[in-house]
Amino acid sequence: MSTGKFSGSMKLAELIGMNWKLLSVLSRLNIGLAFGERTISDVCRMQGINLDSFFLICNAYTYDDYVPSSELLSGAEPLAIVEYLHNSHSFYLDKEFPALESNIKAMTEPCEPVQQKIVGRFFGDYKTQVQKHFAYEEKVVFPYVRSLVAGETSQGYSIEKFEENHSNIDETLNDLKNIVMKYIPDTCDMVLRNEVLYGIFRLEEDLKKHTLIEDRVLIPMVNRMEEK
Amino acid sequence: MKKVLLITPSRIIARGIGTILGELGEFRVEGILTDLSRDSESRLKNTDADVIIVDPVVFDYASRASARGRISANSDAAVVLLNTLSQDDEALKQYDNSISIYDAPVAIVKKLRDAIASREEITEPEGPDLSVREKEILVCVAKGMLNKEIADYYNISIHTVITHRKNITRKTGIKTIAGLTVYALLNNLIDSGSVGLL
Repeated sequence: MSTGKFSGSMKLAELIGMNWKLLSVLSRLNIGLAFGERTISDVCRMQGINLDSFFLICNAYTYDDYVPSSELLSGAEPLAIVEYLHNSHSFYLDKEFPALESNIKAMTEPCEPVQQKIVGRFFGDYKTQVQKHFAYEEKVVFPYVRSLVAGETSQGYSIEKFEENHSNIDETLNDLKNIVMKYIPDTCDMVLRNEVLYGIFRLEEDLKKHTLIEDRVLIPMVNRMEEK
Repeated sequence: MKKVLLITPSRIIARGIGTILGELGEFRVEGILTDLSRDSESRLKNTDADVIIVDPVVFDYASRASARGRISANSDAAVVLLNTLSQDDEALKQYDNSISIYDAPVAIVKKLRDAIASREEITEPEGPDLSVREKEILVCVAKGMLNKEIADYYNISIHTVITHRKNITRKTGIKTIAGLTVYALLNNLIDSGSVGLL
């Protein structure tokens, strides 16, 4: 899968038909609904989004084994990718995490206080771990990319250092999934538990795509700029 | 009759152990390796020995602390150290047991028997639930004990602790220490005071 199956003449509604999970991508790119019959090219032009950047993000988000073509990588704008990643961070921190947290709280309501506390603390620690990781990207990686685009040479840093290890974060979320699925007492409400599980599965998948966009899209683009 | 594989370059030791085990029955020396070269490792892979007795002189000094791992990478047999060199406790802890050439023959047989029993406890296929020993280890992990501390506490090898921990993670699907602590609390294996929640 080198170029992907999306094209500019495709209607936005068709794109969502092919992968409904791209709805969250649209919102992170500030593309609102009510797009009617407009095509991808139309919408991107109206919103001032570089078309190649749009394809890179949608492809990486849709195909797990996606390897971007050289043309797309040179046609896309690094700042658009950074903007997308930044908006994703806000989405996780402001929307996903609080929702998951309150669902977990509601789910553990029937448990003993100490059990509520330990599950709550586990999620809290996970959140802190992720926040730290995002903060590093926001404070170090993104400003570095912006300065490269602006033609400044920043000494002492290169994208190579961003060989980030997400494995701890992934492991913790996976543990939470197993705990909720297998070990939460059956006094907890099943509908609420499923709600929490859906949230975790969705978050897990979304974070995986997020990492793919960093590793397969952003890093190669920055590598190209560094070589110049 | 249980099978023994000997790893020692010493003919005297090999013959000696072979003879005393032969006299007592129960164990029989089925093979002797004089080193741990590549050829020997492939023989190790194919051995059906129940217990391997290893003389640490076959390892160079730097690799002695992790020598057990090299054997267990190739064989599931219990591994008993033949204490020809003075080894620090850390190196000793890797093994399922240790014997000395000054031990009485019956004592050697008993140690081999114990080593096999402790090895079987962790390699025998068992049900999907945690075993009693696994629960005990899990509680230690949840309380924040290190592998070495757990090994000392139960007087088992660090290698055995690591195998237990792998089994715990395989069964529960939980990898992180924090996650295992949650598991222990939800299953009432520990009380909240011991993990600083009160």
